Amino acid sequence: MPEIKVTPLGAGQDVGRSCILVSIGGKNIMLDCGMHMGYNDDRRFPDFSYITQNGRLTDFLDCLIISHFHLDHCGALPYMSEMVGYDGPIYMTHPTKAICPILLEDFRKITVDKKGETNFFTSQMIKDCMKKVIPLNLHQTVQVDDELEIKAYYAGHVLGAAMVHIKVGSESVVYTGDYNMTPDRHLGAAWIDKCRPDILISESTYATTIRDSKRCRERDFLKKVHESIERGGKVLIPVFALGRAQELCILLETFWERMNLKAPIYFSTGLTEKANHYYKLFITWTNQKIRKTFVQRNMFEFKHIKAFDRSYADNPGPMVVFATPGMLHAGQSLQIFKKWAGNEKNMVIMPGYCVQGTIGHKILNGQRKLEMEGRATLDVKLQVEYMSFSAHADAKGIMQLIRMAEPRNMLLVHGEAVKMEFLKGKIEQEFSIDCYMPANGETTTVTTNPSVPVDISLNLLKREMALGGPLPDPKKPRTMHGTLIMKENVSFMLVSSEQALKELGLNEHQLRFTCHVQLQDPHSDADTLHRIYTHLKSVLKGYTIQHLPDGTVIVESIVIKVSSSAEDSNTKVLLLSWSYQVKTWTLFLEGLPMQSKPGSSPNHLVIESLF
Amino acid sequence: MAQLEKKRLYVRRLDIPHEETPAKKLRLSKPSKSAALHIDLCKATNSTDALQYLLQFARKPVEAESVEGVVRILLEHYYKETDNSVRLKIASLLGLLSKTQGFSPDCIVDDAINTLSNEKSHQVLAQLLETLLIIGTQLPESPALRLRLVEVAYKHLSDTYFGVRNKCLQLLGCLGMVDAPLGKENEGAGTSLGGLRDVQSIISDYFGDQDPRVRTAALKAMLQLHERGMKIHQIIYDQACRLLTDDYEQVRSAAVQMVWVLSQLYPESIVPIPSSNEEIRLVDDAFGKISHMVSDGSWMVRVQAAKTLGSMLQVSPHFLEQTLDKKLMSDLRRKRTAHERAKELFASGEFSSGRKWADDAPKEKLDTNTVNLIASGACGAFVHGLEDEMFEVRIAAVEALCQLARSSPSFAEKCLDFLVDMFNDEIEEVRLQSIHVLREISTHITLREDQLDTVLAVLEDSSRDIREALHELLCYTNVSTKECIQLALLELLKNLNKYPTDRNSVWKCLKFLGSRHPTLVLPLVPELLSTHPYFDTPEPDMDDPAYIAVLVLVFNAAKSCPTMPALFSDHTFRHYAYLRDSLSHLVPPLRLPGRKQVYGLDSVDSGPGSGSVESAQLFLQQSLNRVSTIQNLEAPGAQDLLDLTTRDLLRLGELQTELAGAADFCATYLRCQLLLMKALQEKLWNMAVPLCLKQNVTATAAAQQILEETYKLEFLYSGLESRQVATIHHVRLQAKALQLVLTARTRQGLDLLIGSCEKFLQDVESFQRLFLTELPHLQDSFVDKLLELMPRLSSCKPVELVKILQTTLRQSGLLQLRLPEQIHRATATIIEPTGESDNPLRFTSGLVVALDIDATLEHVQDPQNTVKVQVLYPDGQSHVIHPKPGDFRKPGPHRHRLITQVYLSHTAWTEPSQIEVRLLLAYSSSSTSLTSPSKLGWSESLESLPPAEAAVEGTIPFSKAVKVFIMPKPARR
Repeated sequence: MPEIKVTPLGAGQDVGRSCILVSIGGKNIMLDCGMHMGYNDDRRFPDFSYITQNGRLTDFLDCLIISHFHLDHCGALPYMSEMVGYDGPIYMTHPTKAICPILLEDFRKITVDKKGETNFFTSQMIKDCMKKVIPLNLHQTVQVDDELEIKAYYAGHVLGAAMVHIKVGSESVVYTGDYNMTPDRHLGAAWIDKCRPDILISESTYATTIRDSKRCRERDFLKKVHESIERGGKVLIPVFALGRAQELCILLETFWERMNLKAPIYFSTGLTEKANHYYKLFITWTNQKIRKTFVQRNMFEFKHIKAFDRSYADNPGPMVVFATPGMLHAGQSLQIFKKWAGNEKNMVIMPGYCVQGTIGHKILNGQRKLEMEGRATLDVKLQVEYMSFSAHADAKGIMQLIRMAEPRNMLLVHGEAVKMEFLKGKIEQEFSIDCYMPANGETTTVTTNPSVPVDISLNLLKREMALGGPLPDPKKPRTMHGTLIMKENVSFMLVSSEQALKELGLNEHQLRFTCHVQLQDPHSDADTLHRIYTHLKSVLKGYTIQHLPDGTVIVESIVIKVSSSAEDSNTKVLLLSWSYQVKTWTLFLEGLPMQSKPGSSPNHLVIESLF
Repeated sequence: MAQLEKKRLYVRRLDIPHEETPAKKLRLSKPSKSAALHIDLCKATNSTDALQYLLQFARKPVEAESVEGVVRILLEHYYKETDNSVRLKIASLLGLLSKTQGFSPDCIVDDAINTLSNEKSHQVLAQLLETLLIIGTQLPESPALRLRLVEVAYKHLSDTYFGVRNKCLQLLGCLGMVDAPLGKENEGAGTSLGGLRDVQSIISDYFGDQDPRVRTAALKAMLQLHERGMKIHQIIYDQACRLLTDDYEQVRSAAVQMVWVLSQLYPESIVPIPSSNEEIRLVDDAFGKISHMVSDGSWMVRVQAAKTLGSMLQVSPHFLEQTLDKKLMSDLRRKRTAHERAKELFASGEFSSGRKWADDAPKEKLDTNTVNLIASGACGAFVHGLEDEMFEVRIAAVEALCQLARSSPSFAEKCLDFLVDMFNDEIEEVRLQSIHVLREISTHITLREDQLDTVLAVLEDSSRDIREALHELLCYTNVSTKECIQLALLELLKNLNKYPTDRNSVWKCLKFLGSRHPTLVLPLVPELLSTHPYFDTPEPDMDDPAYIAVLVLVFNAAKSCPTMPALFSDHTFRHYAYLRDSLSHLVPPLRLPGRKQVYGLDSVDSGPGSGSVESAQLFLQQSLNRVSTIQNLEAPGAQDLLDLTTRDLLRLGELQTELAGAADFCATYLRCQLLLMKALQEKLWNMAVPLCLKQNVTATAAAQQILEETYKLEFLYSGLESRQVATIHHVRLQAKALQLVLTARTRQGLDLLIGSCEKFLQDVESFQRLFLTELPHLQDSFVDKLLELMPRLSSCKPVELVKILQTTLRQSGLLQLRLPEQIHRATATIIEPTGESDNPLRFTSGLVVALDIDATLEHVQDPQNTVKVQVLYPDGQSHVIHPKPGDFRKPGPHRHRLITQVYLSHTAWTEPSQIEVRLLLAYSSSSTSLTSPSKLGWSESLESLPPAEAAVEGTIPFSKAVKVFIMPKPARR
């Protein structure tokens, strides 16, 4: 039986370092090539030696697909393609291709320039790697080679995030990457058609969470900001440069517009500006509202949001500042925080999760006195708010996607093992399909039942159609006779037996089955035969029954002969002979007045043998 | 495509009368049309040519009489034609032709059915069936024909081409017998179901067709049957439910409709729940299934499902409430929703403590088995719908919520939080819709303070529509505490400060807020009026809109709270008197101690309302009766009586706003009569013409005025019945007769007189035609007499005609006016510009300046087409501007709001001056309901329209003119 094998190199029962190997129909595909944020050693990147010890990856992989630009999905790309060595096609969507190098470059800078690591990929490597990338459009079917085709679906999550449908013959796999089933201010919801893949590989970050409506959170967020601004306070929103930041920008921008507010909003420069540029370009990847209104005005051309300058932090009056990084551990956001922390009118809003040890984490836990470097302490008087804006599908969303795609098997990655366990149970219970959750390096094998296409000769089809009614009833299967020919290098052919014989140059052989039945009958042979004939005639109406003069009865293609046995003239031997085509046939001899001995019931024998 | 073709035909149709004016000519050319086609088709050497000829032919209309001939020729050619596309075109032409009005297609049915039997091409077959469908729908009265067509459809149902099956199903749907089950001919109607297949089961067989288009067609056919009144069997329900999970969206969409139809037909029947032995009501089951579709993959289906949910009112409350259900969890622990948290916070008496980190921390651990992830049934349907990606779905969900909430108060209470959340939607349309919805269900609900807070936050929205919708909402809202009132007032004042143009709307809002919650306002009064028990506080500025707003709130509350005035300080009483006069619509009459003079006149409408309306009605009727006693116009005292009654009626209209329309209408009518009477009563009628020039002038003016008044009567008032319209036209006819007589007296030119005589006679004729049914009511009137003399009139000389008219006019009695049930005068009030500004609007001459206009229109029908803005410059120039249809909003029944901009421009002036802006109501007599040209079929000639009647167009000013100071400056070089 054909199999599909899935092996996570990263993201198996784990978040981060997404990298999944799929072999389907003889093709090997790598899905995502991410890095792990938590490690600084070799564990950072997936273990490519799993694929090959010394050969080039290109020989083993047919293609590599990147779902979106987050580093845990594309961070190891230059390492793999340039340092390990891979020259095959790399697929990603247009926005991902545009934004990915910016993030990689940023990542490289931090690792090499700031942390001083050596043996890391260079800017040139990033460029070389991006040259190998083939961009994808949504819903565009791309033929990787003659048999392998891939198709991208919208995934929400971040700009350009895609789910991919990988298909070889009639076997297929869907990989979701990260996705979001609820729309937000700048992106739509993930969508896939009923493609019924053999395996659906889904992320499961929020496998055990059902989230509240986005609207409540947004409203709370806006209300907080608005109140603070009205009080004349300053609002600091530490963000990571891409993704959520744009969502919050749009949210505030539209709110400012709606409410006619005048207080300035600043965005710290650098990375973000470049990224915003791409957000402006890839309007088709955004949500309905932005797509519909961009003709009048591109929502990413912010009217109220301006670039931030270091000196603005000391300006009087209310303002809102978006600053990087998101956890208040370094950089501009921390500088501004220090300046504003002393005033209780001000506010800091943490829009995401903060790692333990960062200032963000400390203040969220209510710490009011912070120790800074150089023994100084900082009194935190400003208000601290927490707003969670995350763009992963929650448990309901995952279930919804499963319902949309109707997969035959389910495979969970990109999540914690405990949480996956829960979801796995739920999926198996609700959909009664198999669900797998392999760990890193563990291979899941799914046997598939692919349908094999067979060409049928038109003549045969027409002949069979003419036999049984005008229209094939789609609800009932129909049997038909034909010969399946398998030739070398040619697909299967179903032809009529005559044609098959002709093609193969064989002679036709007749195959007949015969059987003897003993009957107790005192009459003469001819009489018996005649009695059988009349009986059959009365029972089998609608069949052609002939009584030939040479002492045989022919029912369609069945021949019946009677002869007396040598020992006992009362025992008649019935000779039945039929060709192999006759399959179902019931002979009603029961009504025949035979003096059969009790116990031995030859009549039944006849019937059974003829079934 | 066919539609386009038809349209094109229609357009051509309308063109013809202009091209060939005499009708006779047209008739002559008719036989040649089919002949021409015949020749063309014979000429065609190949199929392309033939197709070209047919296409050309299709562009021209065919008269009803010659249709049959054309059809014969087409059919003849059809049998000869070998090319599929030409046959297809012919088939489609047959359909088109059989739609010709005045042509009964029964004569071509046989031929059309015959063509089917020999047709090999599936496409042509489908087109032929389409033609049969058209024929069938054209002849709804013939059951025999239907039976035949249905038989044809049965025969072709097993075709292999989907199009043919589609059309057959359509035929069955449109023509299948509603009352009797259909069978073979030998089995009559009424036999049991054994062996006999009724339309429904045949159609339902195709629910499982392999082609999704056929499945859709089958569902649609079934729905069609339902629409035609056939009762769909309940067996279909299971099949329809199965189709809800179809792969194709159009099938699912149709299936949703089907399931809905069945749920309405059999709401109470019991269906089993699969995989358990429980049973539920069918409507609940259907509701659950449709709710499930709200999270479908296709947004079309989602819209359909969300819309449908709104109309399933019989669903059990238990199921209904599930649609708003959402169980949150985080890491497998139960979490409360923000709504629940807000509620608890409110209940605990703690306000806006600020958000704490881990405020939403998960609570108890959940049992993994009880968490239901995939919402089975109705769970959370609306939660999904309201968060949908497409705003169409969200709007549909909001509307459905509204419908359901209106019928279930407890549900209304529950969906409140969700609706309030929608106020924050990114699309304005959705926000607006949810505000409207909340207003509609607001009778069921009382807002909590935290909810009110969210609602009020929207008051700062920059969109005027949103703000006004919100004001409207606040007018109808019940709040629970005095803090709420205070909060609302505060926010409204903030709004007023930020958007001063909202003044009227805010005041109105406060008026209702005050009168709704007098007891809640009471404890706030000292604070609101900033009175102090010991000290005199400074008197607030009377012109401050915010202060007026507060006063409006307080006074309206005081109306039903007699203890409140005791808290007022002296200046408050003074301000009350001032406001009662200046803003009487906002400030109610109060019984103030020792201030009797304030109310006196006003006690009329503050008294028991219904009684006074009745008495006023009585008065109106009596006045009219009194007038009706005047038989002869020359009777002594008649004039005085009319005069008096007119005055009475006008005053009545002022006092009793409910009857203003009726009173004004009567008064205007009577004034017309009075004018007519005066004009006729001149003693100088018998004098020689040159001697009474002056009299003539007044009479001419009177005739002119009467004409104008009649147009006002006809078009300014809504709710007129044809009886009144006839009366108005009658007066107009009289005025025209008067004009004619006057013309005859003054002018010497005989040609002119002959012309106007003819025109008058035409008028009389058209009057007779238009009001044939009303003529019996016009006994003994001017027209009645005229019509008696009609044969003589049309043959006699103009001079004689004039004489007759003169006497008839003077002899005819006063036509009594019957009042219709409801009659309203169209009015318009310009709110903006106010005309109070002394600052001229300066702009450079030659350029334009935009002037914002904001007006409310009452009882105007079709304002998009009729209301215009007139700008009158001091030099007498006048511009009429037609506002865009989008500038009109409809905030309530019979009420419209016009918010538009007009562009002003002029050459340079030396100093600022005032221009006048007013609203006009345009009318044209051809657009009256009685002679609507749109009703004309395309076989009917346009020439039958009376040309004289079609021509009258004009405008009536129906608002007070507002003066605006402008100053065009000379352009600087």
